[in-house]
Amino acid sequence: MGSNSNALNGALVEAEGLTKFVQGPGGRLDILKGVDLRVAPSEAVAILGASGSGKSTLLGLLAGLDLPSGGEVRLLSESLRALDEDVRARLRAGRVGFVFQSFQLLPALTALENVMLALELGEHPGNARGAALEALERVGLRERVHHYPSQLSGGEQQRVAIARAFAPNPRVLFADEPTGNLDQVTGDQIIGLLFELKEALGTALVMVTHDVELAGRCDRRLFLRDGVLEAQ
Amino acid sequence: MKAGAVRFSLRSLMREWRAGELQVLALAVVIAVAAVTSVGFFADKVQRAMLLQASELLGADLVVVSPEPIEPALREGAQAHGLETARFVTFPSVVLFGDAAQLAELKAVDGGYPLRGRLRTSEQPFGSEEEMEQGPAPGEVWVEARLFQQMEFEPGDLLQVGETELRVARVLTYEPDRGGALFLLAPRVMFNVEDVPATGLVTPASRVDHRLLVAGDEPAVNAYRAWAAERLEPNQRLEGIRDARPELRMAIERGEQFLGLAALVAVLLAGGAIGVAARYYSERQADAGAVMRCLGASRAFVVRVFALRLLWIAILSSLAGVLAGFAAQTVLTRLLGVWFPGGLPAASAWPVFSGLAIGLITVVGFALPSMLRVGRVPPLRVLRRELGAPPPSVWLVLGLAFLTLAVLLMWQIGDLRLVGRVLGGALITGLVLWGAAWGLILLLRPLRTRGGVALRFGLANLARRGSLSAVQLSAFGLGIMALLLLALVRVDMLAAWEQNFSDDAPNQFMINVQPDQVEPLQALFESRGLAKPVYHPMVRGRLIAINERAVNPEDYDNPRAERLAAREFNLSFRDAPQPGNHVVEGRWWRAGDDPRQWSVEDGLATTLGIELGDTLSFRVAGETVEGTVTNLRKVQWDSFNVNFFVVAPPELLTEMPATYITSFRLDDDGDGLLAAAVRQFPNVTVLDVRVLMERVRAITDRASLAVEYVFLFTLLAGVVMLFAAIQATRDVRQQETALLRTLGAGRRHVLAGLLAEFMVMGLLAGVLAAAGATLIGYVLAQQIFDLPFAVNPWLWIVGVGGGAAGVGLAGWLGARGVLRQPPLLTLRKGV
Repeated sequence: MGSNSNALNGALVEAEGLTKFVQGPGGRLDILKGVDLRVAPSEAVAILGASGSGKSTLLGLLAGLDLPSGGEVRLLSESLRALDEDVRARLRAGRVGFVFQSFQLLPALTALENVMLALELGEHPGNARGAALEALERVGLRERVHHYPSQLSGGEQQRVAIARAFAPNPRVLFADEPTGNLDQVTGDQIIGLLFELKEALGTALVMVTHDVELAGRCDRRLFLRDGVLEAQ
Repeated sequence: MKAGAVRFSLRSLMREWRAGELQVLALAVVIAVAAVTSVGFFADKVQRAMLLQASELLGADLVVVSPEPIEPALREGAQAHGLETARFVTFPSVVLFGDAAQLAELKAVDGGYPLRGRLRTSEQPFGSEEEMEQGPAPGEVWVEARLFQQMEFEPGDLLQVGETELRVARVLTYEPDRGGALFLLAPRVMFNVEDVPATGLVTPASRVDHRLLVAGDEPAVNAYRAWAAERLEPNQRLEGIRDARPELRMAIERGEQFLGLAALVAVLLAGGAIGVAARYYSERQADAGAVMRCLGASRAFVVRVFALRLLWIAILSSLAGVLAGFAAQTVLTRLLGVWFPGGLPAASAWPVFSGLAIGLITVVGFALPSMLRVGRVPPLRVLRRELGAPPPSVWLVLGLAFLTLAVLLMWQIGDLRLVGRVLGGALITGLVLWGAAWGLILLLRPLRTRGGVALRFGLANLARRGSLSAVQLSAFGLGIMALLLLALVRVDMLAAWEQNFSDDAPNQFMINVQPDQVEPLQALFESRGLAKPVYHPMVRGRLIAINERAVNPEDYDNPRAERLAAREFNLSFRDAPQPGNHVVEGRWWRAGDDPRQWSVEDGLATTLGIELGDTLSFRVAGETVEGTVTNLRKVQWDSFNVNFFVVAPPELLTEMPATYITSFRLDDDGDGLLAAAVRQFPNVTVLDVRVLMERVRAITDRASLAVEYVFLFTLLAGVVMLFAAIQATRDVRQQETALLRTLGAGRRHVLAGLLAEFMVMGLLAGVLAAAGATLIGYVLAQQIFDLPFAVNPWLWIVGVGGGAAGVGLAGWLGARGVLRQPPLLTLRKGV
């Protein structure tokens, strides 16, 4: 895998003719019908769409969490089609970050340990503790590093998730409705933090949302409608 | 990455522990290991005692055992080999002091005894012990402390032994070759072998055990062993250190196997709890696995983290189990250690390792499939929560659990055939229990429309988790059944056995009566207004040939046949069959028939392969007596009447040396009849059946107390299994409770529902257990022991009531926590 940072065409995430269907009780259900997408370094792309339009499915395919029915995905210049799940996981380690609607923190680990986990699974586990503390400080949780997720508010949990996502200094960050479980004020704070870190670290961002205002902060906005991606 | 997995698994362990997710699993391991190691430590002590005292147990390096006096040539041969020798004889007899008569185990020793180990005595009963150089001097007798109490004499008093009187010199406290009090029904009386002739107790026909003890250098002992083996009579045998006390070794081995098996039942139930807990844990950890994969962890890494975490839990809780087992074995040692008069040495460290290994094997066998599952959780679960890992294959889980059980059984009993039988039995028992449990759950269905809300809700819960409920029911049913069998059925059977004797059934035996003593003894009975008992002649003979084919004990596979072929028979002679004997094949002899005939008990005939028309040859007092089997008899053995395996017409055996034996009933002391009889004829031995039964009862009480104790672990494991099942359903229960409370149900309602569910489960387990115990009791009574059978209502009262109360309480304690969380929080979490 090695030096995929020298991407030939400069795109970090690339999809070509991406299709996904499932067999349901009523026959074949096409979720994605040929999606093309390129995300350049440092670029922020918002994917909008109604509930059930297949946004999260697309995000999962782009991040290599699932395989498409047809078409091609290249993540960090690696074609995902030929890679098995373990190789795809190694490709993500330390280079791809995630922020989820439901936070997805491990309940048995403290805030600090949750962030350390991402660093330890990445390429530079050396000073995981120092880097994690630094990341938590940056999201304003220096005082709460030893708290468990259940002892943190929703906003604080999402801050930990953001610290976890950015701590390994990833090339690309996938965000799935990052403010979906938060109130307006907290959501705004979280998004401010997300974009601040993204700018500071030069991370590319692929964000799925149905919040048009939030999408407005991205460089590009794409609509997923009837399984096809359209520029706004 | 490997080191990462170790570090990560270790670090997260403490957190997981605090979160309470692993405690039930760990508790199950602790109980499984504690059950096995408590038995293991105890067995280890006993084995070490046997090993350390091997030559002491023999009192020598090699012993010649013989039912007849041992020829001087064997002793001279040993001395010629440069070996030390000693000898003793043992036999039961009644000793007298004043009006008191008491059966005792007499042992007459020479000056050399014991060659290995030391006798210990004290001056007064329960006084301080002293080691003795040799046994009692001529004219002296040493007796056990309990005889001092029973007969109320003091040191220095004269005790009548047979026709002579010996001075009570010391209190015998320890005898190296005694093995265990278990095998001695009456107190020991030891005196010098030179006094034996004066007692007049040893006659050619009396049953006496003669032993020649040999000790010295190993090569000389081995050489002598080979030399002596060629010169032994067929009824003599050699016992070495390795084959010392076969009856003791066999009893200990059987006991250990039984306790080991009882402990394994606890391990099996704990394994079930481990399986349920691990499966629940792996479901709870699906998110963690998915996030780790999403963040770049490989499947192998995730699997390693979870497998390692399991390993740490297994090691730590096994260590705790070993500690608990060590503490628990002190109770076993207290219960059973009294049978090892030399005391038990400290245990070795070996049970620690075997306990750890059993903990690890159990965890791997019952929990690994679930843990491996976490690695199969797709990373996409972070986006789509409905995605989980496929459940582990039922065959994999059951197969691995069965294999684990087989490995543990093999370890515990080490006999492949027995392991196969136990496994088969366990499988059938499990299936029957499980099927019966399912049946009971199905029977509950119609009840779901009746009763209050709480009961309906509880029953609905039981039925909905049908499969899990059936497993739990089986586990509790098994545990309670074992305890019922030990505590109630065993006692019932002993009582039925005792009641089986009619009120006039004999309760005394009189043996060793010489022919010329029969008439005076009968007169003694008459003088006290008692009925004259019938005295049966008894001639000792060894079966040497069937149809001219020599009888060799080793030729028999059946151990009972082997024993029968090796020992001397008590033959009798009479004109007509005894009352209670029925000829089932052939014809009883008539006056004028050829006297060369035998009548054989049909059970013995089957065991030894004797058929009507066979010719049997017996060696009696140096002569061969031959005859044809002309009839087979059925004998009612438990009548306590005197009976014989082999009987001949009087003409065949009248010339042979005989003693007489009788049995009779005596409800009071018959006006000092027994003391008078023994005083007049000291060689006569009286056995009081009541005293023997008392002794049997004491021994079985103690042994079953030990087994019950081990079965307590089974119940504990059952409770942990219940906790595991409660934990596994906790999320659903919390959700339901929150809903119920939102809908307006009060705390009381919810708690009553929980209580109803668990009490009904305990009640059903009690029904299962009582039914099983009744059935087993019936089969044992009717098929095996041939006893009258009556259903004991206590079986049902204790089983059903105890089950409902016990399981109800445990379940209620385990599940009431669901009320602690406010309903809103539960509903918002949307578990």
